[in-house]
Amino acid sequence: MSQDTTVDSPESSDGASLMSFDTELTLGLPGESRSPARAPAFAQGHKKNCTKRGFMETVIDLNLGTSHISMPRGQNSESRVSGTGKYPAAKAQVTGWPPVRSFRKKTLEGSSKLVKVAVDGAPYLRKVDLQIYSSYQDLFRALEEMFTCFTTRGDDNMEERKLTGALNGREYVPTYEDKDDDWMLLGDVPWKMFVESCKRIRLMKSSEAVGLAAPRTPTNC
Amino acid sequence: MESESKRKKESPNTAELAVTASFPDEVLEIVLSLLTSHRDRSSVSLVCKDWYRAERWSRTQVFIGNCYSVSPEILTRRFPNIRSVTLKGKPRFSDFNLVPPNWGADIHAWLVAFAAKYPFLEELRLKRMAVSDESLEFLASNFPNFKLLSLLSCDGFSTDGLAAIATHCKNLTELDIQENGIEDSSGSWLSCFPESFTSLEVLNFANLTSEVNTDALERLVSRCKSLKVLKVNKSISLEQLQRLLVRAPQLEELGTGSFLQDLTARPYADLESAFNNCKNIHTLSGLWEAVPLYLPALYNSCANLTFLNLSYTALQSGEFAKLVVHCPRLRRLWVLDTVEDKGLEAVGSNCPLLEELRVFPADPFDEEIIHGVTEEGFVAVSFGCRRLHYVLYFCRQMTNAAVATIVQNCPNFTHFRLCIMTPGLPDYLTNEPMDEAFGAVVKTCSKLQRLSVSGLLTDLTFEYIGKYAKNLETLSVAFAGRSDRGMQCVLEGCPKLRKLEIRDCPFGNEALLSGLEKYESMRSLWMSACNVTMNACRRLAKQMPRLNVEVMKEDGSDDSQADKVYIYRTVAGPRRDAPPSVLTL
Repeated sequence: MSQDTTVDSPESSDGASLMSFDTELTLGLPGESRSPARAPAFAQGHKKNCTKRGFMETVIDLNLGTSHISMPRGQNSESRVSGTGKYPAAKAQVTGWPPVRSFRKKTLEGSSKLVKVAVDGAPYLRKVDLQIYSSYQDLFRALEEMFTCFTTRGDDNMEERKLTGALNGREYVPTYEDKDDDWMLLGDVPWKMFVESCKRIRLMKSSEAVGLAAPRTPTNC
Repeated sequence: MESESKRKKESPNTAELAVTASFPDEVLEIVLSLLTSHRDRSSVSLVCKDWYRAERWSRTQVFIGNCYSVSPEILTRRFPNIRSVTLKGKPRFSDFNLVPPNWGADIHAWLVAFAAKYPFLEELRLKRMAVSDESLEFLASNFPNFKLLSLLSCDGFSTDGLAAIATHCKNLTELDIQENGIEDSSGSWLSCFPESFTSLEVLNFANLTSEVNTDALERLVSRCKSLKVLKVNKSISLEQLQRLLVRAPQLEELGTGSFLQDLTARPYADLESAFNNCKNIHTLSGLWEAVPLYLPALYNSCANLTFLNLSYTALQSGEFAKLVVHCPRLRRLWVLDTVEDKGLEAVGSNCPLLEELRVFPADPFDEEIIHGVTEEGFVAVSFGCRRLHYVLYFCRQMTNAAVATIVQNCPNFTHFRLCIMTPGLPDYLTNEPMDEAFGAVVKTCSKLQRLSVSGLLTDLTFEYIGKYAKNLETLSVAFAGRSDRGMQCVLEGCPKLRKLEIRDCPFGNEALLSGLEKYESMRSLWMSACNVTMNACRRLAKQMPRLNVEVMKEDGSDDSQADKVYIYRTVAGPRRDAPPSVLTL
């Protein structure tokens, strides 16, 4: 289920946009049809504001079972991070934007093993640098801190989901996508091999962890 | 001067007057040689012919903000005694791949002229210039007094060129290689410094990737007793760093190598002790792959830090907060947005002396939503750091109210560069344009010199800028504005405007042509992906012969549109080294 709030910005009634803007920015979950009206929001002065970020035309479904997540700062939406965590690569990059020097971009890419971490129930992804941790315990400690901090911020409607202890496999199942695009349980392979092969991490709600092996305590390596 | 010569004719010829009357050139030159600001010197040279003459003879440093605004011949003719040259080349948007390759700004012709006219050249600072290995070899062989080489955002050379510098420049005090498109074939250049060479004070090769000979580096550091700045590259391990620190306790600026290593207890203690021994370090950078475990080795050193550059380290908020607690004297901080708002709150709480903050995006080009910093972090810093005057902030959301609060807390901004990374994004709470945010900035910050705007902006933003930003010198605009009026407001309203760079805005010919006289008082104008036509550019070029109007054509684009326009004032006439993709009108 996706929620679409089209908000008309005051300028949308302004006549012709003199923009020669040939970038199409569209995002959505796979399988969703695109209506022609969804032209680049920027060029038409429209703003579709589905998430608290107002990120153009991003539709995320967050399914928390019985509770709704209400976005911090008062904007509501229901979203679910898709199982594969993949968005269609429809977004054309605008040359030279954001204005970050290519030198900096190359340097950051080369220097670390940054992987995305998605947590079911959180609308944000994080990135961690796997190289700076030396074991699964280290990594879990960092993840707990990261997502505990996150879930305790925001307004009162949000249920506080502390991950402390949750990563033992009871509430959340730590999974990762490896080089062969398979979703594996964290802890199955030696740490160094994991760092080598991990492409992204997802802390999956136990109730959704079908098809994976039964959750168990991650091995220390 | 005129009045003094008049007095000479009219008054009796007393001994006193004989001394003061004809102010000898030599004395004037000595007085003027005390002037270092190139702007002051430019003013001085306009007073009268005598002063012009004295100024040109006494000037030893020259700063050229646009290498095409003047030619080597004109420069060397006017100033015979130059020892230090700073040259900037390509338009700034070349950093973001908006300028075609081989655009120009080649240093070589300048070096040839300098070899003839300034054989005693000592310093060369280049930014966004094309520099080849041949040029570096030429430099190394033709200037026996050469002391200082600084290359920032340059390209076209390799480590072979550096080897030539290391081999031949016997008096080198500074070698500073930053953020260049350099071909790094091997680290052997470092071993080219002769064993007799001891004069180095600054060595920055953090940019390079190849391994250098660590023995050679250690020996170099040991014998260069005046070494104040050492910034190594990633190939240098923590253990190697420790050995270097032990040999250079006098260091003031340090760029570490990789902070990633399995250190057992003893080497860790050694590292900590080495850091503690360097009591003069006030600037710290590098810290590639900083393992949080080893950061405490730095804590004692952090007490005196004034500049901390963590922009290549993906620290999370917790680790960063623990570090920043130890940095109460920080004045400049560069970080990645992985530290998030919580990390910035820690900055606000611990760094009351902060003057400059730059927050870079760890993942600017990612499609998915990655957390970073929001308006909250910026606001938190503004409450704790009232001296803040320079900010570069990349974020994914912002509100007008937050910016208003920020500038109320910190009204002394001189540089306000806000980059809301999604083009055309409104205030995410109110859905309004971000006009009022930048309105607040220009109304409150009367000392504002540099402004970069972003987010959804109407012409109102530019009306505000034109009306209030009376000290503005540099303005960067992208994906903003509604009509020509926006750009016109800026051109009409900002008396000190020197550099205007615009991309992807609905400004067209009327706007371009409204600035006719203005452009001669500016260094340059860049307009790309706007609505400017070739004909308008031709008209501009025709009416303003002292401007170079250059158009960069893209393949397959409409012939009548001027895709990228670069306009700058010059006394050197149209340039002759433009590649085929650049048309000079």
